[in-house]
Amino acid sequence: MCFPLLIFFFLPHQARTHVSYELKDDVAVIRLNDPTSKVNTLSVQMQAELTEVMGEVWSNGAVKSAVFISTKPGCFIAGADINMIQACKSSEEVTSLSREGQKMFEKIEKSPIPIVAAINGSCLGGGLEFAIACQYRVATKSRKTILGTPEVMLGLLPGAGGTQRLPKMVGLPGAFDMMLTGRNIRADKAKKMGLVHQLVDPLGPGLKPAEERTIEYLEEVAVGVAKGIANKKVSLTKEKGFMQKLQDTVMGLGPVRKQIYKTVSDKVQKQTKGLYPAPVKIIEVRDCKGVKRVFFFCFFSSNFGKLAMTSESRALIGLYQGQVICKKNHYGTPEKEVKKLAILGAGLMGAGIAQVSVDKGLTTILKDTAVDGISRGEQQVYKGLNDKVKKKALTSFARDTILSNLSAQLDYSSFKSADMVIEAVFEDINIKHKVLKEVEAVIPPHCIFASNTSALPIKDIAAASKRPEKVIGMHYFSPVDKMQLLEIITTDKTSKDTTASAVSVGLKQGKIIIVVGDGPGFYTTRCLAPMLAEAVRVLQEGVGPKRLDALTTSFGFPVGAATLADEVGIDVAAHVAEDLGKAFGSRFGGGNVDVLKTMVEKGFKGRKSGKGCYIYGKGKKDKSVNPDAEEILKKYKLAAHPAISTDSDIQYRLVSRFVNEAVLCLQENILRNPVEGDIGAVFGLGFPPCLGGPFRFVDSFGAERLVGIMKRFEDIYGNQFTPCQLLLDHAKNPSKKFHK
Amino acid sequence: SWRFFFLSFRKIYTILKNSLLIIQTKSKKTLARPNVKNIVLVEGVRTPFLLSGTTYSDLMPHDLARAALQGLLHRTAIPKDVVDYIIYGTVIQEVKTSNVAREAALGAGFSDKIPSHTVTMACISSNQAMTSAVGLIAAGQCDAVVAGGVEFMSDVPIRHSRKMRKTMLSLNKAKTLGQRLSLLGSIRLAHLSPELPAVAEFSTSETMGHSADRLAAAFGVSRVEQDEFALRSHSLAKKAQDAGLLQDVISFKVPGRDIVSQDNGIRPSSMEQMAKLKPAFIKPHGTVTAANSSFLTDGASAVLIMSEEKALAMGYKPKAYLRDFVYVSQDPKDQLLLGPTYGTPKVLERAGLTMSDIDVFEFHEAFAGQIMANLKAMDSDWFAQTYMGRKSKVGTPPMDKFNLWGGSLSLGHPFGATGCRLVTTVAHRLQKEGGQYGLVAACAAGGQVSDTHVQHSLVVPAMIAFCTYAKHLYEL
Repeated sequence: MCFPLLIFFFLPHQARTHVSYELKDDVAVIRLNDPTSKVNTLSVQMQAELTEVMGEVWSNGAVKSAVFISTKPGCFIAGADINMIQACKSSEEVTSLSREGQKMFEKIEKSPIPIVAAINGSCLGGGLEFAIACQYRVATKSRKTILGTPEVMLGLLPGAGGTQRLPKMVGLPGAFDMMLTGRNIRADKAKKMGLVHQLVDPLGPGLKPAEERTIEYLEEVAVGVAKGIANKKVSLTKEKGFMQKLQDTVMGLGPVRKQIYKTVSDKVQKQTKGLYPAPVKIIEVRDCKGVKRVFFFCFFSSNFGKLAMTSESRALIGLYQGQVICKKNHYGTPEKEVKKLAILGAGLMGAGIAQVSVDKGLTTILKDTAVDGISRGEQQVYKGLNDKVKKKALTSFARDTILSNLSAQLDYSSFKSADMVIEAVFEDINIKHKVLKEVEAVIPPHCIFASNTSALPIKDIAAASKRPEKVIGMHYFSPVDKMQLLEIITTDKTSKDTTASAVSVGLKQGKIIIVVGDGPGFYTTRCLAPMLAEAVRVLQEGVGPKRLDALTTSFGFPVGAATLADEVGIDVAAHVAEDLGKAFGSRFGGGNVDVLKTMVEKGFKGRKSGKGCYIYGKGKKDKSVNPDAEEILKKYKLAAHPAISTDSDIQYRLVSRFVNEAVLCLQENILRNPVEGDIGAVFGLGFPPCLGGPFRFVDSFGAERLVGIMKRFEDIYGNQFTPCQLLLDHAKNPSKKFHK
Repeated sequence: SWRFFFLSFRKIYTILKNSLLIIQTKSKKTLARPNVKNIVLVEGVRTPFLLSGTTYSDLMPHDLARAALQGLLHRTAIPKDVVDYIIYGTVIQEVKTSNVAREAALGAGFSDKIPSHTVTMACISSNQAMTSAVGLIAAGQCDAVVAGGVEFMSDVPIRHSRKMRKTMLSLNKAKTLGQRLSLLGSIRLAHLSPELPAVAEFSTSETMGHSADRLAAAFGVSRVEQDEFALRSHSLAKKAQDAGLLQDVISFKVPGRDIVSQDNGIRPSSMEQMAKLKPAFIKPHGTVTAANSSFLTDGASAVLIMSEEKALAMGYKPKAYLRDFVYVSQDPKDQLLLGPTYGTPKVLERAGLTMSDIDVFEFHEAFAGQIMANLKAMDSDWFAQTYMGRKSKVGTPPMDKFNLWGGSLSLGHPFGATGCRLVTTVAHRLQKEGGQYGLVAACAAGGQVSDTHVQHSLVVPAMIAFCTYAKHLYEL
């Protein structure tokens, strides 16, 4: 038992666990590795140890230069520790955290010896700010090496000097682009932008595993560079080209700068509609040249602190954390890994599912009943991959190799070796039963049958099955390659292993997954239906599609309600409205279903048919209101009720029905928890991300307040606005929250 | 000057290792197998290997191949009609002579009744030509086959851009003046940029030099180690050239120029000189330079392969038996140049020999870094266990048996022609050094994705007392 004590005694300092360093000649190689996590973050512990180690390095006269490197595979520093920020109770606390970070980075920036950051893997947020405080950056060209400032996506701003150092490095427009979009930048792009100085190729296997040797090689190169800088063989200032000089001069001009800020501000205002404070603050923080540097850092630290306390930031951080939870398989490892996937129906959905499967190494069969169908489907898969080739995200060779995983066919041959079948055929219970029986006649016993339906209850489909424990719902969202959500629906009979398999396939396809109970419309469709019914009523009341869209987008929905209906398909909407109307009765009423039906009869099926609420031209943005649809609306005109028809009332009529239905899903155990409810609504239906999802919205908006608003609507429209019991419970007891 | 030594085409993708076991003299044991025909190397020659853009620059590829064939005819005095078949290997094809074997054979005065074909397998194209010849003889199809290889880097097919080619082809079909004019009018500046032979591996878009640099780094091969090996190659080549050991080189009268009778790329330098060069592919921290890579070369080679029976009947004293060979291939991205490591133990196992039985090693030197990486891989238990499914390491060839007369780094590397040079050199070295078994290994491009092992195997039989040959050979 005295062994640990011995270790303690023989160590000169209290043992450091996150940061270590060794001298290689006159270069201090400082290695970062957080043993308690999969990724390195700038946690309190990490920062403390870093400060300590840097103190030792700087006070050692024998050290002429230093290298920072992470020994964690695939991660340099993934950012600040979100939990650390979340744990803060006040903006002052966050402000002081941010100031601590700045102080350390400023010391590094002003270091008497040159410091090289050797980057392999994710270098994000605080990690990037750390790296750009160093004098030189070497990065591996690995696919895992990404640089970026994703703070804006969490409703924050780069809090440790990034807003100041980035523009110097990559120019003002480049810096704004990075900070306002939060997008990830690959190493080769970063080199072109001037964000890193030198690239190192990832190595293959040698006398050690590839990744290990690559990190070692990166260190060797970085040590070489550090020595080079120390003895002045490597220059830190790159001779700027003429164009660069010209650009810098122009950018330096007062009016030009002003114009840039104005353009960026306008753009941000247009895109965020004033709902997101972070981008505005980022611009504000940048736009104050002349403030003394010391004050300046205080100024934006406090801004960082304020942002961290906003409900938007809490919402976005909540989404981030929810997304992490929904990218895990909570159902265990499936008994048999799915290697061969068969998809029935090569339509938009079927081909989309194939597209996200083949490039993950799944052998995929795409089956349809007509040659035209598979030809169109194959073309869709090819195009998806080829677009990546055009963007240089993929080589043409890799595209071909990936496509070799796909076989398109008209019959059931080789289904006997399929591990999972996903059907994406027409939404008709009889057709679903027919294909289920055909498939069960040919597939092996372990094979799972998944239905990609948006509204038909899975147990009804499974009723035709000989093995209902192998039947499950996998509800993808269109377009499959862009929409991140996958809603998995289990029935009472679905086995746990079947669920585990479906989740594992979904994760492989790169999806964020929620697992919900069975019922008409499951969770997502069920929430959307009442909102669309309300949208139809609003249209009938004479609010045009354009104004409806403006009202919804200004509430934070990325896509307006009328446009959304066109995207989903008016025919699908009509189908869903009718089915769910039957299932749930008058509660799902509102607009007249006949409006949708008449539109479908006239061929206005939405974007896919070129006409819906809008008429779609060739260009992506080219759309005008469809006058014939307006005619139909006039035919079904309703008188608007003046007491509840202000802009804000219309918005809450739409949103409250959505939210109430979501809460009801939790009450009825369709949803397992509020986290999945929020994730499903935001990632599948475009619920405003700044509100964080229906449940976080209730928490921050206040259940009581929402119930109050709903009561007003209920007086006029009846049970469509009756708050559910769970919502009433929360209204009665304000301490009840969906999220802790 | 080292100049552009390299233009990596659609090279290395599969690594393919070709290994030929050559037996001779001292009677250790025979590798002959029952019911398998003995196949022998009767003679091997090559034109001098020249830096591209020098004396051969106005020729065409088949001219070089012709010179090698005529040299072989001259050396062996074989009646032209005895040859049953001719096979040539080449990498960059001159489009006018795409079956360069046939054009060269006719031009060298062979009977037009002798069929010939051309093979391509990147840097081991002539190995493929030789093993195809072995196959034809073993199958009883032929008794005497000429195999060879040619590469001509002084001129490579540079094409119009795809857009331009499309326009030109449409122009052919255009019927009216109006159509023609509108097609001509559609030509833009972008149409005029030419298309060079691919500088990068098709599958990975990586040049071979880049790949070699990464490989060297993966195995921790230093710049100094590479420069030392390159210097060794040049010094040994110079010594062999001065001592007249490179007997396979024939003199070639180039029309309009002098007679060429020596390789011109051998230039022993000093470590200091070599250290001055900047990395050629990975900048600024790479280790592969012009001085430690093989250079762009023009040259051709040819060998006469016969069944032993026929050779003896015609009164030849064969130089060696061609016993066995194996081709392997693996990941084109990270293990592109590791073929020799994978292939060597396989061919040894097939023959029932161990590393220590081999007297002469000839490995193709694409890059000094590639050779050193292979040597390190062969010396690693971890590599053998992790990637080769072996219990222990392959073991490294002793350097005092390894490429003693120089190699591709110094003699030059005409892609399609190197294989025959390696085999002929092994035969000559066995004879000179009194060894019995020799082993040839070369890495090359082309092949399959991932680590599928392509294995072509051919077995050659019958008992022959090769002591007799030893005597003959020593008398030569």
